[in-house]
Amino acid sequence: MTAAATTPPPPRWVRFTPLQRVGRFAAYLITVAAVVWSMKTIEIIPEFLYDAPEQTLDLFQRMWPFDWSYYPKAIHAALIETFHIATLGTLLSLAVAVPFAVLGARNVTPVPVLNGLAKFVFVASRSVNSLIWALLFVAILGPGALAGTLAIACRSIGFVGKLLSEALEEARPGPIEALTALGAPAGHLLLKGYWPQIEPAFWSVTLLRWDINIRESSVLGLVGAGGIGVALDAALSNLYWDQAGLILAIILAVVLAVEVLTSAIRRRIM
Amino acid sequence: MTPTEPASDSALTIRHLVKEYRRGAPVLKDVSLTFASSGVTAIIGPSGTGKSTLIRCINRLVEPTAGEIWFEGENLAALPPARLRRVRRRIGMVFQEYNLVERLSVIENILTGRLGYVAFWRVWLRRFPAEDIARAFALLDAVGLGSDFATRRADQLSGGQRQRVGIARALMQQPRLLLADEPTSSLDPRTSVEIMDLLRALAERERIPIVINIHNVELARRCASRIIGMAQGSIVFDGAPEALDDDRLATIYGGEGWLQ
Repeated sequence: MTAAATTPPPPRWVRFTPLQRVGRFAAYLITVAAVVWSMKTIEIIPEFLYDAPEQTLDLFQRMWPFDWSYYPKAIHAALIETFHIATLGTLLSLAVAVPFAVLGARNVTPVPVLNGLAKFVFVASRSVNSLIWALLFVAILGPGALAGTLAIACRSIGFVGKLLSEALEEARPGPIEALTALGAPAGHLLLKGYWPQIEPAFWSVTLLRWDINIRESSVLGLVGAGGIGVALDAALSNLYWDQAGLILAIILAVVLAVEVLTSAIRRRIM
Repeated sequence: MTPTEPASDSALTIRHLVKEYRRGAPVLKDVSLTFASSGVTAIIGPSGTGKSTLIRCINRLVEPTAGEIWFEGENLAALPPARLRRVRRRIGMVFQEYNLVERLSVIENILTGRLGYVAFWRVWLRRFPAEDIARAFALLDAVGLGSDFATRRADQLSGGQRQRVGIARALMQQPRLLLADEPTSSLDPRTSVEIMDLLRALAERERIPIVINIHNVELARRCASRIIGMAQGSIVFDGAPEALDDDRLATIYGGEGWLQ
């Protein structure tokens, strides 16, 4: 008997089993089919694509030069209103989101029904787009900045609440255990056990949402809920492209400035 | 039979304590112990034997399944939440991982020892009573840190320094009993000895008993006036450190090879 006959076969290792290979192939196939199907559904009309570059150029030519005189007349006040809508809306959402965040965190509130209630509020708030919220409030309260503010607030509750709830759930249990052991009541526990731990997250989430709200409130005017979007809507419907171009440029500049500002502040507090 | 209060010369009496995390698998099997109103008691035993569960049952960080825990005339195991909280104010606890609130300053961490007593608005506005602040600074000195540390943030401290703050916070409660759950397990050998000596000295000064979970037998021998050995959820040794010989250690930890 030779040595070779007694050696066991070398161990075999492959990344996927045959069944997994078939499954992966099927997944690729489905992806390709989905892309082809959706291309057919959106019905691209080639004729419209051919002159798209010309149309774009034409649009820009009509926008430039900007009508700078429009800024002091209408844009400035609308811009300030946009800031107010975003800021007030964010503050308002905090007032509602913080209590629900406490209810939603399973470690702070070990009551499944309340956790579920908070989760439902968050999901309901986030499943509706700001523009839809705005349409709703414009219908109830009439057009204006108040409708916009409430729309921003309602949309933000879910975002802020969910993230704060998660921050609370990620709080280290050790300090909480220590404060429980020394007889701290529930309110004190939130104040000295949880709050110091979630404080950076709180400010970071608030700033991020404020940043998002500046962007969102700039389009709320399209449905009549106040802010710079009202001016944009007016310019667009009158085909005053030089005014519309100016507004778009200002929105871009403001969003960039806010982005730079908030990320600078976030770096400082983290 | 209704539970009766034990004789008043003992600080803490545990009777027939049972804890099951899963039904039918008790971690503590009918533990009964009496602690005198002073002195250091060390609980030793292998990992997973229920030491930590025992000490956490005393202040009900872990809910006992059955049994009585008598402390200052009250059976803690039967207290409703509000009254339990009042009793907890008089039981200090020191933890393995210090459990400080990392982003608060040292002095604020010590002052949190008074959270059971100070009104919510005072805590909110950080307006602690003057006598509490004075006591906090005195304790900062007593644990060997000194007032230079008062405004340092807890997360800037070393392990030994953090544990000193943890001890100061527990003493800030003016407790009538001090529990320590592996207070030195995260520390180097020298710091461990210093922390244990500090705990013993301060407990003597405040005239309160300490119950310490510890897995370092030498440290237990050095500091404790009484040693309790646990194995598989039961007490298998209870006596003076001098009585803890190799035979007893083999009973507690099992095996003998490691003793050579």
